[in-house]
Amino acid sequence: LSHTHTHTDTHRFVFTLFMSIILTFHVSRLLSEVLCDPLSDFNVWTSTRPLNNSAKGHAANESVVIAATRLDGRSFFWEQAPSAEGTVSGIVTLLATIQALYPVTQEAPPPHNIFFSFFQGEAFDYIGSSKMVYDMERNDFVIDLNNVHSMLEIGQVGLHRGRSLWMHSDPVSRQNKSVDTQVSAMMSRVQSAAAGLNLTVDQPSVSQPLPPSSFQRFLRVRGIPGLVLADHNTSFNNRYYESLYDDAENLNVTYPPDLSPDEQLVYETDAAKSLAEVATLVARSLYIQAGGEEKNLNNITADPKIVAQLLYGFLIQKNNSWFRSLLPPEVTKKGDNSILSSGPPQFYIGLGPRIHGPVHSVTRFVQYILANLTGTITNLTESQCQNPSEVNTENKDLFSYFWVSGPASVNSTGEPFCVRASVRLSKAVSPAFELLEYGSPNYSTWTESRWKSIRARIFLVASRELEMLTLGVGVAVLLLSLLVTYFISSKAELLFSSAREPPTTTY
Amino acid sequence: MTVAVFFGCTFIAFGPAVALFVFTIARDPLRVIFLIAGAFFWLVSLLLSSLVWFITVQISNKNSATQQTGLLIFGVVLSVLLQEAFRYGYYRLLKKANEGLLALSQEDTMPISIRQLAYVSGLGFGFMSGAFSVVNILSDSLGPGTVGIHGDPQHYFISSAFMTLAIILLHMFWGVVFFESCERQRWWALGAVVISHLVVSCVTFVNPHYQGSLIPTYIILSIMAAWAYLCAGGSLRNLKLCLTCKDKDFLLANHRPR
Repeated sequence: LSHTHTHTDTHRFVFTLFMSIILTFHVSRLLSEVLCDPLSDFNVWTSTRPLNNSAKGHAANESVVIAATRLDGRSFFWEQAPSAEGTVSGIVTLLATIQALYPVTQEAPPPHNIFFSFFQGEAFDYIGSSKMVYDMERNDFVIDLNNVHSMLEIGQVGLHRGRSLWMHSDPVSRQNKSVDTQVSAMMSRVQSAAAGLNLTVDQPSVSQPLPPSSFQRFLRVRGIPGLVLADHNTSFNNRYYESLYDDAENLNVTYPPDLSPDEQLVYETDAAKSLAEVATLVARSLYIQAGGEEKNLNNITADPKIVAQLLYGFLIQKNNSWFRSLLPPEVTKKGDNSILSSGPPQFYIGLGPRIHGPVHSVTRFVQYILANLTGTITNLTESQCQNPSEVNTENKDLFSYFWVSGPASVNSTGEPFCVRASVRLSKAVSPAFELLEYGSPNYSTWTESRWKSIRARIFLVASRELEMLTLGVGVAVLLLSLLVTYFISSKAELLFSSAREPPTTTY
Repeated sequence: MTVAVFFGCTFIAFGPAVALFVFTIARDPLRVIFLIAGAFFWLVSLLLSSLVWFITVQISNKNSATQQTGLLIFGVVLSVLLQEAFRYGYYRLLKKANEGLLALSQEDTMPISIRQLAYVSGLGFGFMSGAFSVVNILSDSLGPGTVGIHGDPQHYFISSAFMTLAIILLHMFWGVVFFESCERQRWWALGAVVISHLVVSCVTFVNPHYQGSLIPTYIILSIMAAWAYLCAGGSLRNLKLCLTCKDKDFLLANHRPR
């Protein structure tokens, strides 16, 4: 570039960008050429009482309390989203809640079913929750909106640090008297569940709207009573929301320096204990909300060790012994090339397994952790586990069957076995793409564009003066030579007349 | 506007040659034929020398830069010697052809003199040599860019065109001097032609210092032009008379039947 600066008077730099997108020239290819792919993955859901997966639409005699959280996050950088406080706090809390609640709901079932849902794609305009509500509206899901009694969503709950948790509610739906009554009742149940715990629960002012949450997608369609739990009142405590720096350190998950990975896995940090408290609160609140009896509340406690293991797996290292034990053998054996590569998982939703490599890691982890926490071990063989309809004691409509590795010991790898659990995946792709409303104002239209190669050519162009000089000199030379030649040829006899040959020769 | 460079360089390189062709050769079909035959002879000499160079390059060590440069110099020298050899060969051929033509023709006089043949064959050599020197460069000059992006001098095209102009004219002058010296058995003149051709070719190795190659070439061009003028029957006196326009009286005084 230094040369060009010295020649700026005599050279111009022409910088030409060629985009090799052919469809600018071939309209027919434009019509069939795919330019981008919608963001898509799966929601994970389960319930305390199994729901018949093949029966879509309104489920008879079912009134569910939905407990929900988001499964994804994002950041400015492609496929980088550690999302600790934004997402992991919610996931870990809800998983610990399920672990605390599930045994009691089997022994002393509450009147209402409790439906747990992990929504994928919420960071991109609520892809998963909008899809589930859309399916519920069209009777394409195991339950519909008439089955929904109330909803409790877990937002960002990791940074309360001894301060209170806040129960956010929607002021618009609360203008309806009955909804308002139910919401107030829900709040008092949560507060009574907090008694005896090291937590306080507050409500923000009534006119304050909800923070960004999946609950809003349900409210858009129907005024359901519900709450969103968060560690903040008016503004986030999370300084690194949707940032690259929302990592373990942001959640205060740090370990003493000289621990081995397996020791770190089970080490109970303060963050783990605090989240376990929140999970206990949520579990007890859900039990009461579902109509369960208060006398069973003391049996509902989240295990801090499970919380610690979850935090380690989702924030520090996903390739740990616990995760390996509850995933299928083919995933465990593949090691580095599969979802069990080293380091923490990234929570960006991605394009789904059809387009983009293996299944999303976080979805798989949550699915198999739920199977581990809520499932029962069966003694089916591997082929029976993959085709349970052939076994007449098993019910594929009510349960899913997972072939898992089992805990590995020092001497040998684990013995795989079959787990039966009522954990399901449901497609999380924006309804805009099913309706082909690519400019939809109602649903998410986020996509990743397809990449084409971009070329650029840089070349030097001669200065106009030099070009014109060359042309001018050329024309001058041509004209001059024509003139001179004509002159010489007309005077040839004179010029070449010193003949040494006889006159008979011609010239 | 790279088309401007293209046309400019074409006019510079081929301007005089085209002018000569139009005014002195185009009207006489015999001269045209001998011009084309001369061009063909030059082409054959180039083919031979390039064949030899190609074979030696294949045998050589492609990675050694000094060897490749040495081979290039060898190729250039060989090509010059072969061109002059073919010029001599063309001279012998023309001598034989002239006798044959005389025998065949109805007239007493030879239709074309050996001096004219010298000029025409030299120009033929020049046309073909110029074409091969400059056509590739001309086609590159059309491209959207130009040379010099790494700071090399940007006068590549115009220098090549001037060099080609010189080469074409030089071939013409060399042809005249060569044939004249063969007629008069002046072998030292023959040697001088060959040596000047070698000098002009080898001086191009100093490129891209274009002034280092163009200036000696044009000096040799002027020397050869003067020498060829003298060989062709010119003299200083004729030139003075012509330029001062005292020709009318002179012609009348020296009237010859045409």
